[in-house]
Amino acid sequence: MAIQGDILSWPNRFAHLARQSNDERLRAFYNAGVQLPDTPVSEARFVALDFETTGLNHETDDIVSVGLVPFDARRAYCRDAKHWILKPATPLHEESVVVHQITHSQVREAPDLDTILKELLASLAGRVIVVHYRHIERPFFNQALMQRLGEGIEFPLIDTMALEHRIETNRLTWWQQIKRQSIPSIRLADSRKRYGLPYYIAHHALSDALATAELLQAQLQHHYTLQTEIKTLWM
Amino acid sequence: MQIEHFEIMQFLSAHPPFNALTKRALQQLASEVEVGYYRAGSEILHYGESISNLYVVRAGSVEVYRRNGELYNRISEGGLFGQRGLLTNRKVRFPVMALEDTLVYCIPVGLFEAFCDEHEAFADFFEADDSGGLIQAVSEQADNNDLTTAKVKTLLLRELVSVELSRSIRDAARLMTEEQVSALLIFDPSKPVSDDPEDDDGQIVGILSDKDLRIKVVAEGLDTNQSVAAIMTRELTIVDSNAYVFEAMMMMLRDNLHHLPVVHKRRPIGVIALSDILRYESQSSLLFVKGIMEQQSVEDLAHYAQSLASVFVRLVNEDANSHMVGTAMSVIGRTIKQRLLELAEDELGTPPVPYCFIALGSMARDEQLIVTDQDNALILDDTFEPDKHDGYFAALAKFVCDGLAQCGYKLCDGGIMATNPQWRLRASEWQAQFEDWVDNPKPEALLHSSIFFDLDGVYGCTQLASRLSELVAKKAKIAPRFLAAMANNALRRTPPLGFFKDFVLEQDGEHKHSLNIKRRGTAPLSDLVRVHALAIGSRKQNSFERLEDIKEAQLLPPGKVEDLEAALEYIATIRIRHQARKIEQGKQPDNNILPKRLSEFEQRNLKEAFAVLDKAQSYLKIRYQNKAILK
Repeated sequence: MAIQGDILSWPNRFAHLARQSNDERLRAFYNAGVQLPDTPVSEARFVALDFETTGLNHETDDIVSVGLVPFDARRAYCRDAKHWILKPATPLHEESVVVHQITHSQVREAPDLDTILKELLASLAGRVIVVHYRHIERPFFNQALMQRLGEGIEFPLIDTMALEHRIETNRLTWWQQIKRQSIPSIRLADSRKRYGLPYYIAHHALSDALATAELLQAQLQHHYTLQTEIKTLWM
Repeated sequence: MQIEHFEIMQFLSAHPPFNALTKRALQQLASEVEVGYYRAGSEILHYGESISNLYVVRAGSVEVYRRNGELYNRISEGGLFGQRGLLTNRKVRFPVMALEDTLVYCIPVGLFEAFCDEHEAFADFFEADDSGGLIQAVSEQADNNDLTTAKVKTLLLRELVSVELSRSIRDAARLMTEEQVSALLIFDPSKPVSDDPEDDDGQIVGILSDKDLRIKVVAEGLDTNQSVAAIMTRELTIVDSNAYVFEAMMMMLRDNLHHLPVVHKRRPIGVIALSDILRYESQSSLLFVKGIMEQQSVEDLAHYAQSLASVFVRLVNEDANSHMVGTAMSVIGRTIKQRLLELAEDELGTPPVPYCFIALGSMARDEQLIVTDQDNALILDDTFEPDKHDGYFAALAKFVCDGLAQCGYKLCDGGIMATNPQWRLRASEWQAQFEDWVDNPKPEALLHSSIFFDLDGVYGCTQLASRLSELVAKKAKIAPRFLAAMANNALRRTPPLGFFKDFVLEQDGEHKHSLNIKRRGTAPLSDLVRVHALAIGSRKQNSFERLEDIKEAQLLPPGKVEDLEAALEYIATIRIRHQARKIEQGKQPDNNILPKRLSEFEQRNLKEAFAVLDKAQSYLKIRYQNKAILK
């Protein structure tokens, strides 16, 4: 995954992965390509993605639900949104049930990630994936596919939390930075509040995905221009 | 897989009109929503642009403005905007700005209309908003009569004319003469072309105008073999093809320019001259009327009248209401008649006795459109002696009616024209004729003569016409049998609605699946209004003005006059737009509407308007016919 820091090579990397992959669904995903790094924000197509998981360790935990909402700088499109509850490969811990409210009985009826993978990848293909807090979706997705297919997945990512960190840090004066004054909370709900966005119930994959999409729209309007190139946002 | 956008559902379910919807309906609605974020101070809806969503404020607040900049409304969380544009012609009527950072849910128009159709409470919410959807829709149209909404691109009637930078001044001048343009764009073929079409501003490097030739070449005695590069203007002030004509005019005035290159996506597509704007302005109906009086012969007039269709289309595209369009077209028709009569008198000499040329029917009512017959007659002074004078008036009538036909007003099939000796009468004979119609009403006879009850003096001694209208106004209101006969005739043509309130359409023939909106809509409505107007002795001719009198006389139950006004306006508007569209498509305008070509919303409003007519006809029957039977 070291390659992911090298943003300029994303289109090349996708072409390479498309040749390497043994799974038809992943090949289709890579073949759909990645948007060019200098695509202006006004033309970029995004998809907000959120996972709920059985715990925080991607090595031992698995995905319980997936929510995604396609969007662009102007609009988020609910009609193309998706939400799945999945049967995790590892058991559901009581602590996580409290967080995401998905119960054992719901999970028992649910499909495995493998069953919905084709549709999930099709929804993500050709779009820039947007998450809030980058250390969940990418590692969990990679690990879950490693387990099931024997190969992982790579993609560029915009992290609204990282953007918010950058924005709030830049807001501090030189003196405040010297004094190591801390920035305000950059959690999803707190960040949203700063932009006048409403409170949404947390830890529901679809709500969180919509909340993330709206947050990026707000960040773009307040701190960037429509000409901002997406390479300055993704990682 | 139906997914639940429960955040959106929950929010909508807490606010009217969505709170009246079932969970299933809410689920459907939420799954179609688009979400948009607007920073405080940014524009959400721009005046005049097309609109395809109903907006719900999810968080924040917005301000709605009138076009004059006056604040109209402030809407916060849970409030709606955009419905007015959706209910009328899908253009933004009131611009909207975000007052705070604002999140909106956008509901697509298709779903909005479907919900209005399927969920009564939902539809009621928008109808109850002020005084009924139809009246609302109609009055919104009236507000939007703006003569500044035309775009620059509508002025571009020809291809771009340009010349290479290296060509001589003389060549350029020749090209301008050949092409009959007053300005040329100069291009440089060696200027690199951008690979990116978005970035491509063409190879244009300057502009050359008549004025440059005069000031820089002729006045300075410059060698015309020099290249145009020496005299062209390099600083280009350009205008986008989507800018309003008004803006282009302002740019020209501000910078004292006579020509503006027009660009589309940065690429030059033509030049507009100040004279183009003036010519465009001259299509406005007022100037058109002025021009009529300047025509020196019937041929000139007929030629001039050819642009009548474009004057009409332009009025319609500027969203003039039906009363305005009808009045403008009637004024134009009347002016053409007046000019023809002047020309006729020039040719035939002074009239031997005083006379009045009268207009009948739609022109007298100020309700003329583009497809129209000429209905007219002559009232002659009582000193008229047929043997001595009729030669003159027969010639006069022929001159005018033939002239009108050349100007596009078809001869009347029913022969109601001044050329018909039957309708060239002395004032006293006309009086006797009207008295006979009123005193001895025979429905069959009145059917052919109802057109005479819309009467207006156009030229000559117009008091002769006023005296006749006065007579009718006085006599008709105290003649129940006459009113009953007129009411009976007014019921002959019914609205095209079936038992289940569906449209009744032509089943076969050329106009299969269509309905004739004049015969089944505007005509029976004006017939009906005429009966009421006669019953109260109103002397007005125009249906809307008659309705005003009827309202004042409190003849109808409360609210009924308003319903009739709205129905008439709506049906007339559909008719007018239909005709304008036909003209724009290069087809012969007619009155045959295909309801399936209308949006569901228009269909709904049209049905509602027909239902108003239907009810009003039932009322007419009870009010006048029973009375006649009792007598």
